[in-house]
Amino acid sequence: MGRDGVGELVGLVRLGADLVSAMDLPAAAAAPERGPWPLLRRWLVRMGITGRWAVILPPALWLTVFLLIPVLVVFKISFSEAVVARPPYLPLLTFGEDGEVQLTLHLSNYMFLGQDTLYIAAYLNSIKIAFISTILALLVGYPIAYFIARSSDRWRNILLMLIILPFWSSFLLRVYAWIGFLKNNGVINNALQAVGLPQVTMLYTDFGVYVGIVYTYLPFMILPLYTTLVKLDDALLEASADLGARPFRTFLSVTLPLSLPGIIAGSMLVFIPAIGEYVIPTLLGSPSTLMIGRVLWDEFFANRDWPLAASVAIAMLVVVVVPLMLMQNAQNAVVERK
Amino acid sequence: MKRGPLIPIIATLGFVFLYAPIISLIVFSFNESKLVTVWGGFSTKWYGELFADPQVLNAGLLSLRVAAVSASIALVLGTLCGVALTRFRRFRGKTLLAGLVSAPLVMPDVITGLSLLLLFVAMESLIGWPAGRSELTIVLAHSTFCMSYVTVVVRSRLADLDLSLEEAAQDLGATPARVFFDITLPIIAPALVSGWLLSFTLSLDDLVIASFVSGPGSSTLPMVIFSKIKLGVSPDVNALASVIIGIVALGVVIATILQLRRPRTARA
Repeated sequence: MGRDGVGELVGLVRLGADLVSAMDLPAAAAAPERGPWPLLRRWLVRMGITGRWAVILPPALWLTVFLLIPVLVVFKISFSEAVVARPPYLPLLTFGEDGEVQLTLHLSNYMFLGQDTLYIAAYLNSIKIAFISTILALLVGYPIAYFIARSSDRWRNILLMLIILPFWSSFLLRVYAWIGFLKNNGVINNALQAVGLPQVTMLYTDFGVYVGIVYTYLPFMILPLYTTLVKLDDALLEASADLGARPFRTFLSVTLPLSLPGIIAGSMLVFIPAIGEYVIPTLLGSPSTLMIGRVLWDEFFANRDWPLAASVAIAMLVVVVVPLMLMQNAQNAVVERK
Repeated sequence: MKRGPLIPIIATLGFVFLYAPIISLIVFSFNESKLVTVWGGFSTKWYGELFADPQVLNAGLLSLRVAAVSASIALVLGTLCGVALTRFRRFRGKTLLAGLVSAPLVMPDVITGLSLLLLFVAMESLIGWPAGRSELTIVLAHSTFCMSYVTVVVRSRLADLDLSLEEAAQDLGATPARVFFDITLPIIAPALVSGWLLSFTLSLDDLVIASFVSGPGSSTLPMVIFSKIKLGVSPDVNALASVIIGIVALGVVIATILQLRRPRTARA
């Protein structure tokens, strides 16, 4: 595959497709000259739509209109000023009576982001929570991935299916399930009390957020780990054992380094969505669990300050994209060293 | 190599961690008591209440419609994009296209939602379309992020594909379009099915983006569930969850059995 700049990103996300390729349905038997394809083809040719631009243009135009331009619109509105109106912001360009054009850029939103400690705290806290959750997911996911990779062929498919299965059910309902589990008179606390232990407050705390994130994104951690661990050659482990290494030593000096690409890919697949998470901190966290996704949501829906929400979004893009590039470089370095 | 019991024990605990909440959710959906986590006897009354609730049913139907349409649009656009990125050697803007199509995969939902809403507001005041926020705007938003996932799936399948079949067809005089429809498309059909299913699931699952771009009267199922959950746990949500999980589990199990039964030789 060609190395087309940002295209490396796709390499990482391709691992997400492992989720899917494990789920391939059997192909409908290919019947080349039946079905709608010849009709569609003839129609396209008659319309004069041939050549590669007919392939490139539809997705390119769609992405330009619904992805590139929206981000530019956000960027523009982040320099605007909130007003009570529809839409609730002032235009940047105003036209004077004699036709002169006036451009007004308000940097006040960004200055506000820098001055009000709430926003900086929210950014830092999002990174902290995403980072700790990623480490926890790695600690939980690694033994599971290792176990599946070392199972017999027959079990492997079943176990993989069990890992993927929750991913296909509703994300929201899986988070909801933890409310009943963690709350003060929930399943865990009832069990604790039944054996005479004191009640522990778990719901509406940072702990609840960690559990929620690890639980939700665990398949994304396990699958890339599995793909690297399953390729691990038994001969290497045996060689290490023959040379007198204890199992733990073998793990540290053979298994762990060889599974590094999986560790990095899995960590990114957990870290990236965790940073912008809105639902989990809202449902499982305390009101003081500041996460930037939640701040943006509240700024928009509760305070109806669109320009400020837009500047939070732009700052978030910068905060998310920069560490992503750094990790991307780290991953490339690992891959290239091999 | 000798294996200690540590790894299997941790792995078993991991699976318990994955499934215990879901199982308790299902168990308590049959609970007589309104207190969700205190057992008060077996009952199916919450299912009755669920199916009598028009708000939930309407939202469910709306979500299914949106998911089906979005997944189909995403399938077409994503396939085209995947083909363009893997099969066309070089064209102007290829890097930009590759970057754009992978952006939604890393962009937080709140940003995608906010940016699309601001776009729709701006477009409405400029050209009057789309008029207001409705099912249409949700479909447009979902198609956009789902197409990225389809592209990833199609792209990885095309990259793994043996080029010799396509080259043979070309050598025999087939036009590029004919090669695509007669050779490539039938081979990547399973990837297209997974791409569509993945998009369908992602669209059904989305709360954040839909909350931004939906209008009054077009609440999706996750939006209705979310507003119920925010009021606290309620048994009818448990019943709804059980129904959804049941359908999904059944589908996945059937798909897996079909896949396992498929003779090895048929697997590409």
